[in-house]
Formats: sequence, structure tokens, C-alpha cells
Amino acid sequence: MAIDMRQFHQTFFEESFEGLTVMEAELLRLERTACAGGQDTVSADPEILNTIFRSAHSIKGGSSTFGFGDVAAFAHVLESRLDALRDGRSLPDRRVVGLLLLAVDCLRSLIIAAKTGKDADKNAIEAVRLQLENLGIESGVLPVTGKTSTQPEASTTTHWRILFRPNPRMFCTGNDPLRILRELAGLGKLKTTADVSGLPSWEQLNPEECYLSWNVELVGSVAREAIADVFSWVLDDCRLDITSKTMPVPTLSQRSVAEAVASIDAHTDTLRVSVPKVDALINTVGELVITQTMLSQLTANFTFDNLSKLFAGLEQLERNTRELQESVMRIRMLPLSFAFNRLPRLVHDMSQKLEKKVELIISGEQTEIDKTVIDRLIDPLLHLVRNSLDHGIEPPAERVAAGKSQTGTIELKAYQKSGNVIIEIRDDGRGLRHDRIFAKAVEQGLIPADAKLSPDEISELIFHPGFSTAVTVSDISGRGVGMDVVRSNIHSLGGNVEIASQAGQGACFIVRLPLTLAILDGLSLQVGTHIYILPLVSIVESVRIVPDQVSRPAGGGELYGLRKEYLPLLRLSDLFHVVPRSTDLTQGLLVIVEADGKKAGLYVDDLLGQQQVVIKNLETHYRKVDGISAATILGDGTVAMILDVTGLIRMAHAGATRPTPALHGHIQDAGRHTGTMAPTIN
Amino acid sequence: MATILTVDDTASMRQMISFTLHSVGHEVIQASDGQEALKVIEGKKVDLVIADINMPNMDGITLLKSLRALADYKFTPILMLTTESQEAKRQQGKVAGATGWIVKPFNPEQLLTVVKKVLG
Repeated sequence: MAIDMRQFHQTFFEESFEGLTVMEAELLRLERTACAGGQDTVSADPEILNTIFRSAHSIKGGSSTFGFGDVAAFAHVLESRLDALRDGRSLPDRRVVGLLLLAVDCLRSLIIAAKTGKDADKNAIEAVRLQLENLGIESGVLPVTGKTSTQPEASTTTHWRILFRPNPRMFCTGNDPLRILRELAGLGKLKTTADVSGLPSWEQLNPEECYLSWNVELVGSVAREAIADVFSWVLDDCRLDITSKTMPVPTLSQRSVAEAVASIDAHTDTLRVSVPKVDALINTVGELVITQTMLSQLTANFTFDNLSKLFAGLEQLERNTRELQESVMRIRMLPLSFAFNRLPRLVHDMSQKLEKKVELIISGEQTEIDKTVIDRLIDPLLHLVRNSLDHGIEPPAERVAAGKSQTGTIELKAYQKSGNVIIEIRDDGRGLRHDRIFAKAVEQGLIPADAKLSPDEISELIFHPGFSTAVTVSDISGRGVGMDVVRSNIHSLGGNVEIASQAGQGACFIVRLPLTLAILDGLSLQVGTHIYILPLVSIVESVRIVPDQVSRPAGGGELYGLRKEYLPLLRLSDLFHVVPRSTDLTQGLLVIVEADGKKAGLYVDDLLGQQQVVIKNLETHYRKVDGISAATILGDGTVAMILDVTGLIRMAHAGATRPTPALHGHIQDAGRHTGTMAPTIN
Repeated sequence: MATILTVDDTASMRQMISFTLHSVGHEVIQASDGQEALKVIEGKKVDLVIADINMPNMDGITLLKSLRALADYKFTPILMLTTESQEAKRQQGKVAGATGWIVKPFNPEQLLTVVKKVLG
């Protein structure tokens, strides 16, 4: 019987990584509770220790079962250490928790190594292992892996006599003498005599008790251990004598067990979905089937008297479809805690390195968002928190001098608001220092020294590529991978990031993200015979063009004056080389769109209506096209392009000369602009 | 074939156990802890229970005691999953009424051998 154990590896890896995350979070909690109030050691909450222990224990059990010896061996050492803490044999102090966190890292890298088939850093792991062991805890026997048999190594030919007298209560453990005798029969030739002398009279007989005992003679090539093994579960519940008539003859036969576990991982992305979500889906499908049946019955004998029923049925169909769509989308949704739970460790490690005191408060981590968004949100989020810690929160002394408490707070808050997920990263640090940002921007030649900028515009400067105000380049931030990358990452997810800051009071970064990347709320618009989809989030307003407001400055392009603001006017027909219904600007509409804090007007023939569209990746099916982010298929089967507003605005600003070029350093980039593709799911 | 309940908080173990038992035709009911186990067996007759010891919410020993208190489970074979180092737990399990134990790590063949042993 060969069962390929590799099929369980993916689940093992997933749950092990989850287990490690739990261990990490609980260790941090342990440190907080144990070290609160200035004391260095305090008896820890047993429930925290139990949870940590359980995770380590599960990883150990799984890894040894699935053949990852390195992981099992390390997990065993870690488990022993945790066991000592749990028993109160040692107390968790900062040093121990720190070491345990390191051990979690080691375990993680070992599991990653097992998953990818690459080698982990053996030396570093060995060092941590030694430290763990040297904390005064004997680590016991390491689990032997690859051990596939409990059969004895030596076999003997002999004649055995076995006396087996079960306790009356043996049945109560679910054991059955019959089963044991049957198993013995499997070992060799059996001659069994039952001793019925213990049987009470019929009136006194309790059918739940065992009154019989047996004398067994067994002939065969059987070792004593093999016989004892049969009785191993009932040793305490019976009287057992095993005597041999001949001396055992040792043999040389030895089972060689060598199983190379190929750790080649067919990496498939899997998604764990909670049962209620699947149930909801199935419910909806059930409803859909009912509606379909109703409609087909209705149309089989259709008369016009039933017209209203037909409409009602269609309405129901529409509702079912929408519900089905929602439940399917919900399957891809994961709570933000998947991204958030990386942060406590980061804050813990960084605040120690920077010698700052910080408390991280996380709320709303149950808010759900598309899995793709989560995967790609982690880096920007780490960066924003790192930024708040490094630049925002002051050292304790400076905080006290400013009349604040020694410990700074970074608050991470997530919530849903009108089809978007909002994540706020708020710190109570020194806030953005506009004077320094301004000076730095001038120094880096981003703005002229005499530029007049509003506070908001100065805040915006930190998103400029390459901008960094860190006085010294620490290894935490200020490495040039800056806020511009954060912003462009968030943009590529179809979201945006804003700053609210008050000098001395702290700063708040507000990240706004779409719930899903698979479906887009769009406005369909017509240019000539073509239909385009404009993401609803980027639309500011639509206006009829007043011809007087259109100006054509030298150097090309058209500008439209809207309430004292001059916006570049982009004719989609020119851009995409289609024949418009009319080139007369008064015949069409101007849609004002905004992205990156900049606006442009798109001239279109007509607006058709708002609709949800399913995003289809254009790049994988065709190629990148400037000004287009993706495509979709409309209800009538035609393909419509989804406009890339960020790209269009950059193109518009590159085409038109603006009176204040200083603020728009992005213009320089427009030349090498390649268009931002909205990420899509196929 | 038999109906077997497997209780373990790690999904990979549950998968391995149920896949193995399925492959020889047993019906398998899964639960991720003691509480869930007690819930899923309601109204069902289970021929064998294989339960882990360390689990959140309700551990294996407590599950064992709760099962033995039910008339239907008085004599049902219940096997505990233990590791080499858990001698003490094994004794606790024994006292609480465990039929026997399976020592981790084990492979599918070993599991089937043990299951065959208790199901006869």
C-alpha cells in the first residue's frame, strides 16, 4: 500500500506557517504581559504558553510524519524548552522570549527550506539550537524520523506459552480480548484454552465485565517483543505471563529503512475558505436553480397574461446572479489580519533597534479584502509602519520634553467604507516636518527655492521618487526605496494613499483600496462606435464644454478652463485613432478625471451608464497598451477597453504645457512612462 | 466498512489519516477539536475514534472522558495520537478509558495495521 505523502505537504506547510505566526504573536503577547510593570519576569499566562506549545507540538508531529527530519528535530528542542516554561521550571524573561522568537525564525526557515528544497542557514540554526539547549533544559530524545516500523530487529523461532487474564473492566477501555487473541493468531500457530472458572452465576453476571482468561500456546518465528506489542495497550489491565520453551536465536536480519523525501514542491496557490462561505454559495446556487425551473415552466406554456410573472422571474434571476457573484467574490476575500499580523514583530524588533518605545494598536483586522490585494499590500504596509516608527515616533527623551508620554503609539485601523477598504496608519509622533521636507526638495532640485506650496502640496512631496529626509541613512528607512514605491504599489492595486499630518501631533496615512481586483465599478462611455470603461473612482464630474473656455497654447495640446483651473483636454478619439461622432467639442461631453492628485478632461461622444465589469487582463492576451489598463466583455459579447486613468493623465500632462511645471516633477517621468496596468484575475 | 472519527487540530494530519482510511473503504468523519468532535458525532454511530491529545478548546483527554460517559461510546475503541515523549499523557489517557495509542510519527501502513487490529 503506497500512499504518496507529498499530497499532504501543501496543507502541512500552510498550517505550519500559520502556527508560526500564532507562536510569534503569542510570544510578543507573553513579553508584553510578562514584562509589563517594569518587572523582568512574571509567571506567564498559562493559556498563552499552551497555545505556543500546541503550535510547536503540531509542527513537530506533522514534520516527523511527513518526513522533514530537520524541522522535527528543531521543533523538538523548541518544544522541550516551551514545556519547561509551561511547567514553571523556568520563567519567561526578555532574553528567553527573544531567543524563542529567534527559534521561530529558524523553524520558519527550516520549513521554507523543506518546502523549496533549498538549504537553510545551518550554522545560524545550529547556534540558536545550542542556545536553546544551554538554557539548562535537557532536550530529551530527539524524534527518530524515517522510522517506519516498530517491529523488532531480531526474529526468533520458538515456542511460547502465554497466560492472559484480563481485568473485569477491560471492556471499558474499548479493548476486547477476542481482538487480541485474533492478533496473536496472526503471529504463528495458536492453541488456545479458555479458563471459565471465573464465571459467576447467571444472576450475578454483569455483561459489561470480562470473566474469562486464556492459556495460549504459540509456535512460530516470533520475538518476545512482538508478543508484548500485541498486549501493549492492555498491560495495565490484565495479568500477563509470557514464557518461552526455547532460547531465542538472534538473527542478523535488519530492516533498512531509507526513504529520501523529494521535497520538490509543485507550487500551487491554494486558498482556504471557511465553510459558511461555501454554504452561502451553495444556497445561492440552489435559489438560482429554483428560479431557472420557474422560468422554464413559465415559458413552456407562455401566454401574455403571465408577462408580469415573467418580469418578476427575471428580476429574481438578476438578484440571484448578483448574490452568486457576491458569494463567489467573498471566497477570495481574506481578513486583513493576514497582512497585519506581520507587523507586531516588525514593531517589536525595530523599536528595540531604534531604542524607542512604541505600542502598536491594531483594530479592524477582520475587515476582508481580496487575496491578491492582501498579497501585494504587505510590502507597502510594512514600509508605512516602518516609516512611522523611524520618522514619526520620537525617542523617549524627546517625547517627554514635548510633554508626551514616553511610549509612542502607532495605530493601525481598517474598515470598510462605500465599496472601499480604508486602512489608516496613525502615529502620535512629531508629524511631517514641512520645513525640512521643503528644504530637502529644494536641495534635490525638485522644486525651485521660491516655490509657494500649500501644506498639502509639501506633504505630497514625500511621495516623489527618490525623496528621503532621513538625516542619516539607517538600515530601516531612507534607503531610497521610498514612499514613491509605496504609492505606486498601492496605485497598482487600484487604490490611493493620502497623508494628514499635524506638526508635533503626529501623522496619519490613509490607504484606500478597492474590495476586489476582479470586478470594477465603471462608467461606460462612447467614442465613435467604440465603448470604453472608465473606473468610477477616478471620475470627478462630467461637464458640457463651453467653447470659450478651451484654449490652445503654443506647444500643442488643448486646455480647458474649469472654475479658474486649467486642465489638459484629451480627445480619446485622437489617442486611440477612432473616428468620433463629431469633432465639435460642443457635441460631446468632457469627463473630468483625477489620479495622483492631478486632473485632466477626457473628451468623449457620450456617457452610456454605470455598470460593473469583470476585468480581463489585456497583457496576457494581447500586449500592454498606453492608456488602457485592461479589457472586459460586455453583455452583448463585445470587448471594451478599460481606461488607465493614471496613464491617461500623465499622457495629458506630457502633451500640454502647464503654467506651473515646478509642482509636477512627474512630467519628467512621463517620457519613460509605461502605463500602469491594473492587476487582474483571469 | 467502518465509520471512523478522526480528531486533530492540524489539517494535514486529518487529511493524511482520512485519506489513508478512505483508501481502504472506511467512512471518515473529521473534527478539529474535542468540542467539534462531540458535535459531529451527534446522531451517528462511530466504530472507532482516533484523537490527538493536544488540541485547543477541548483536548483529547477531556474528549475521551466525555465519550466514555455516553452510552453509545462506552465500549467503542478510542485511540490516542501521542509522541514518544508523552508517556505521562498516555497514562492519563489510559485512566480516562483510551483503548490504545498510535505513536507519532507513523506512516499510512502503520495506521492501517492498527486500525485493522481494533476493528478486527
